[in-house]
Amino acid sequence: MHWLCYIEVGMELTTPADILKRSLLSVQEYTLLSVRSITNIFAHPRYLADTIRQADLIGFGSLPIVVLTGTFTGMVLALNYSPTLERFGSIALTGQLVSLSMVRELGPVLTSLMVAGRNASGMASELGSMKVTEQIDAMRALGTDPYKKLITPRVIATVFMLFFLTILSDLVGLVGGYIIAYFKLGIDTFQYWNSAYQQLTYNDVITGLIKPIFFGFIISTVGCYYGINTKGGTQGVGRSTTQAVVAASVLILAVDVVLTQLLLELR
Amino acid sequence: MPPFDVKPSPNPDTVHKAITFDDVSLSFEDLNVLEHVSFELKRGETKVMLGVAGSGKSTILKLCLGLIRPDSGHIYALGHDVTAMTEEELFDLRSQVGIVFQESALFDSLTVRDNVAFRLMEEKLPEKEVEARVREALRFVELEHTVDMFPASLSGGMRRRVGIARAVITHPEILLYDSPTGGLDPITSTTIIELIMKQRDVAKTSALLVSHRLQDGFMLASHYYDSKTNTMQPVNGKPHDVHTSFMILRNGGIIFDGTSHDLSQIEDPYIKEYIS
Repeated sequence: MHWLCYIEVGMELTTPADILKRSLLSVQEYTLLSVRSITNIFAHPRYLADTIRQADLIGFGSLPIVVLTGTFTGMVLALNYSPTLERFGSIALTGQLVSLSMVRELGPVLTSLMVAGRNASGMASELGSMKVTEQIDAMRALGTDPYKKLITPRVIATVFMLFFLTILSDLVGLVGGYIIAYFKLGIDTFQYWNSAYQQLTYNDVITGLIKPIFFGFIISTVGCYYGINTKGGTQGVGRSTTQAVVAASVLILAVDVVLTQLLLELR
Repeated sequence: MPPFDVKPSPNPDTVHKAITFDDVSLSFEDLNVLEHVSFELKRGETKVMLGVAGSGKSTILKLCLGLIRPDSGHIYALGHDVTAMTEEELFDLRSQVGIVFQESALFDSLTVRDNVAFRLMEEKLPEKEVEARVREALRFVELEHTVDMFPASLSGGMRRRVGIARAVITHPEILLYDSPTGGLDPITSTTIIELIMKQRDVAKTSALLVSHRLQDGFMLASHYYDSKTNTMQPVNGKPHDVHTSFMILRNGGIIFDGTSHDLSQIEDPYIKEYIS
C-alpha cells in the first residue's frame, strides 16, 4: 500500500479504513451499552442501593456547582440584556428574557455541561480504574453483570437527578436575574416575577424539562462507555476521563440543536 | 451452595473432566495468542502452566470462564461448552469456578468482608450464613483479623490471600490461579503455595495455576498438605498422590504437557533451558 494511505496514530500506522472501522465499532459498542443500560431496568437483579448511592453522589454532590452556575448565569443574562432593553424602553421585560433563556436553553445546557464535567469524568475514571485493575473481570467471574451493577444505576441516577438539578438551576438563575434587576436596574419585584412567569408557555417548560432527560442519558452512558472500555493502565484512565468529558459535552450541544428544532416544531 | 442451573446439557465426553480445550485458537488483531491449543484438566488435578510472558497463560484462564471468547475451537468446563453459552448462562457456571487474579483484583471500595462475601451477597443469602462463611474462608487463609479492613491497607501477600478466600467461599469445583505468587517475597510465596496445596489436598479442587516461578510447581509436585499438623510435608516416596502435572506454553502453543517426572526426562533444548 502507498505510504500516503497511512496515517500515524500514536506509535502505530493505521489506514483510513482501519480508522473508519474502529469508529463504526465504537458507535456499535456505545449503542449496545446504551440499549443494555435501558433494558436492564426491566431485568433482575435490580441494584436499588447502588442507584441511591449514585443519586447521592451525582445529585447532591453537584448541588453547589449547579447553584453557583445557575445564579451567575441569571445575573449575567440580566446584565447583558439590560442595555438593549433600556434602549427600547423595555427594561421591564428583563424578567421575561431571563426566564425564557434560563428555562428553554441555559438551565438545561449549562447544568448538563457542569454535571458532565464533574460526573462523566468521575464515572470514566472510576470504571476505568476498575477495568485496568481487572475488577470488572473479577465482577463477571463472580457471576455479576457489570452492566447491571455498575452502569444501569448510574444511568438511572443521572437522568433522575439531572432533571431536578435543572429545575433548581432555572430557579436560582431567575433569582440571580432578580438580584441584578432589583438592586442594579431598579425593577420592581412584582414586575420582574410577573414578567418572568407570564411569558413562559407550556412548550418552554416542557422543552426545558425534556432536554435534561436526554442530556442525563448522554452524560452517564458516555462516561460509562469510556470507563468500561479503558485500555492502557493509569495513562489509559486519564485518556478515558478526558475523552468522556469532551465527547459528552459535544454530544450534549449537538443533541441540543436537534431537540430544540424538534420541540420548536411542536409549538 | 447456590443452585447450578445452566441450560446447555453437559457433553458426555467432557463431563468427567474439569476443563477441556479442544483445538482452541485466539488472536488479538494481527497477533496470534493461542494456536490450536488442546488439553485436559482432570477432576482433582492441579495443572501448573509455565511459559514466558505473553505466551498465552493468563488468556487460557480467562477463556475457561468465558471472560473472553476464542476465535475457533471449543472449551468445556465441567462438561458445559463455555463457547456456546450466553453471558447469562455463564454467570451460573461461574459459581462453580473460582479465580484468583494476578493483582488480586479486589474491589477497592469494599472491605475485606464485603469482597469475600460479594458472591454470597449477590445471591442474597441470609446475613448469618454470609458471616459464618466469610469467617470460614478468612480462617482458611489465616486473615480473620482483616475482616473490616480495606484492600488498600493490606500487603500484596495479604491481598492475594483475600483473593483466594473470595475464590473458595462458594466451594468451587475448579480454581484458576493467575500468577498467585508473582511479585511476592519467597516466604509469602511459600505461604500462598501452601494454601493452594491445602485446597488441592483437603477440598480436592481441580486447579489451573499460572506461574512464572518453576519452584512453585515443583513444590506442589513434591509436597502434600498434612491436615493433622496443618503443614506441608515432602512426599519423599510416601504413598501420597499429589495429582499435579505441568504444561509449558510457547508462542501460543503447548510444547509440554505431562508430569514432573516427564519434565525431568525431557530432551527438548528450549524446555531444558527453561527449567534449568
